[in-house]
Amino acid sequence: MAGISSPRPCGDYRTSYKSDMTIFPSRNSLYAAIGGLFLLLAFPMIGNDYHLSLLIQIGYYSIAAIGLNILVGFTGQISLGHGAFFGFGAIFSAYLNNATGIPVFFTIPLAGFATAAVGLIFGIPAARIKGLYLAIATLASQFILEDFYARANWFSGGSSGSLAEIVNFLGIELDTDQKYFYLVLFWLVVSLIAAANLIRTRDGRALVAVRDHYLSAEIMGINLTKYRILSFGISSAFAGIGGALYGHYLGFVSVEGFTLGLSISFLAMIIIGGLGSVMGSVLGAIFITLLPEFTEIMADIVLPESIADGKAYVKEMSVGAAIVLFLIFEPEGLAHRWKLIKAYWKLYPFSY
Amino acid sequence: MDKNTNVLLQAQDISLRFGGVHALSNVSYDIKKGEIFSIIGPNGAGKTSMLNCISGRYTPTSGEILLNGKSLKGYSVNDRAGLGIGRTFQNLALFGHMSVLDNIMVGRHHQLKNNFMNGMFYWVGGAQKEEIIERRKVEDIIDFLEIQHVRNKPAGELSYGLRKRVELARAVAQSPQIILLDEPMAGMNLEEKEDMARYIIDLNQELGMTIVMIEHDMGVVIDISDRVMVLDFGRQIALGLPEEVMQNEHVKKAYLGEEDDYIRELEEDDAEVMS
Repeated sequence: MAGISSPRPCGDYRTSYKSDMTIFPSRNSLYAAIGGLFLLLAFPMIGNDYHLSLLIQIGYYSIAAIGLNILVGFTGQISLGHGAFFGFGAIFSAYLNNATGIPVFFTIPLAGFATAAVGLIFGIPAARIKGLYLAIATLASQFILEDFYARANWFSGGSSGSLAEIVNFLGIELDTDQKYFYLVLFWLVVSLIAAANLIRTRDGRALVAVRDHYLSAEIMGINLTKYRILSFGISSAFAGIGGALYGHYLGFVSVEGFTLGLSISFLAMIIIGGLGSVMGSVLGAIFITLLPEFTEIMADIVLPESIADGKAYVKEMSVGAAIVLFLIFEPEGLAHRWKLIKAYWKLYPFSY
Repeated sequence: MDKNTNVLLQAQDISLRFGGVHALSNVSYDIKKGEIFSIIGPNGAGKTSMLNCISGRYTPTSGEILLNGKSLKGYSVNDRAGLGIGRTFQNLALFGHMSVLDNIMVGRHHQLKNNFMNGMFYWVGGAQKEEIIERRKVEDIIDFLEIQHVRNKPAGELSYGLRKRVELARAVAQSPQIILLDEPMAGMNLEEKEDMARYIIDLNQELGMTIVMIEHDMGVVIDISDRVMVLDFGRQIALGLPEEVMQNEHVKKAYLGEEDDYIRELEEDDAEVMS
């Protein structure tokens, strides 16, 4: 994030403060984003089912990763319980729909609110503890919630899980990937805009201030306790929405899906994508989701038939190796690399 | 009473102890509206502890601080920003990864009303409108302190002198009644010091801010302060006009590091009281 300021292209003048306070750094990047959105809108008509299911997966993981990035990347706290919050969203949305009959279309945002409330409660330790200690405290929230899902039959269906209804939007059953894709895309765009707006307004700045220098943040009138806990709430809201989308996509929610492993992979997404970058969260989700697919394809090409049995191992190992190599060579994440590339193209053939 | 209405900040018998260490002992003083008040003293004299008592980082063991006649007791550090206390730090305390502009915008935190809910919906709910109004005010401060050329740079990348200036800008953005400057000129060259002194005088005269300043450069202190307080080993050894203070026996001794009978007597008195 720090370090590179790529210049605006020629002719992109700013004559008011309003035009200087946009989400996108230049007009071209706005056009590119809109173009990308149209491509995505057209994807269900052209792409195959498998690729579509990967995109949906990237979608709901991205939403949760954006949330975790607000907590870890922007506020500088840590959470090992994000997978459990993700699960809470999924289970709560299914439960609310089954118990009250509220249409799933509305239980998804409601799951966001409910998960925010749960996040606020489990974020209370953050008022007093930081760093590794907080990591362990949030680890506790992971185990408490997981245990709760396993035992609370009325809520989650216990070990047998419970059904999550298909989303019905104005009489249209979103029963195929093609249709469901648009719902995920809608929530992804909403999440991206919300997160980008958050960090350019008062409370978002306060979160970053708490991360960078909490002592002077306090002098500036920022209530540290409030913002540390609030950050858990906001982050959990995104996790809840992501989780609800996950639950209704699978049509079935069960406690096994929301383990510590999931929490760790969310952390991996934001670290690889770039801490403190909204776009980085999405890039990280893409990377983590597609990496196993990529190694699968590579293993098919590279490995000889004779060791086909060992293919699975090679695949798993290369996923691990890729992550390690990535952290060594690009510790600041994909978002940082992307900025470098952009600056390079603008400045070519000069280096500064 | 006529005089009292002019007093902005009143410290009454402030003592601060950390276990057996007496960081401050019975320090009392008044700061008048619109003056430049300097606190000087050798290292470890308790100057920064004094500022920390005003800004709320430390709670005095005994004594009280009044702002506009109202006790500050019970106000947390972050509440005091709203009461009109701004400050800078001795060691740079900027938000290193944020741009200069955002750093100064954080200074306006307690004056903004938008929150995370309408912040997320930027365009509806008034967040955008408010941000633009505030941006204008922040740009005025940027103009005032002449840091236009770095406004979009991350604060962590600036040179030392500029960072000090950005920190001052951030404190000014708090629109405080009283601004606490902890060594605003430490580590600067002569030219930067002169600039900084000019900014401080401008703040005082143009924006009407009351300034409390800790500074080691005696030349600057004498030139720009209205009144000076000298601390040594947590005790107030002098308070008055700069010229008077400089002529004070105890002050000279404190600065030359000589044994001072006066201080020893005070300490002995204290020991008697304690035992």
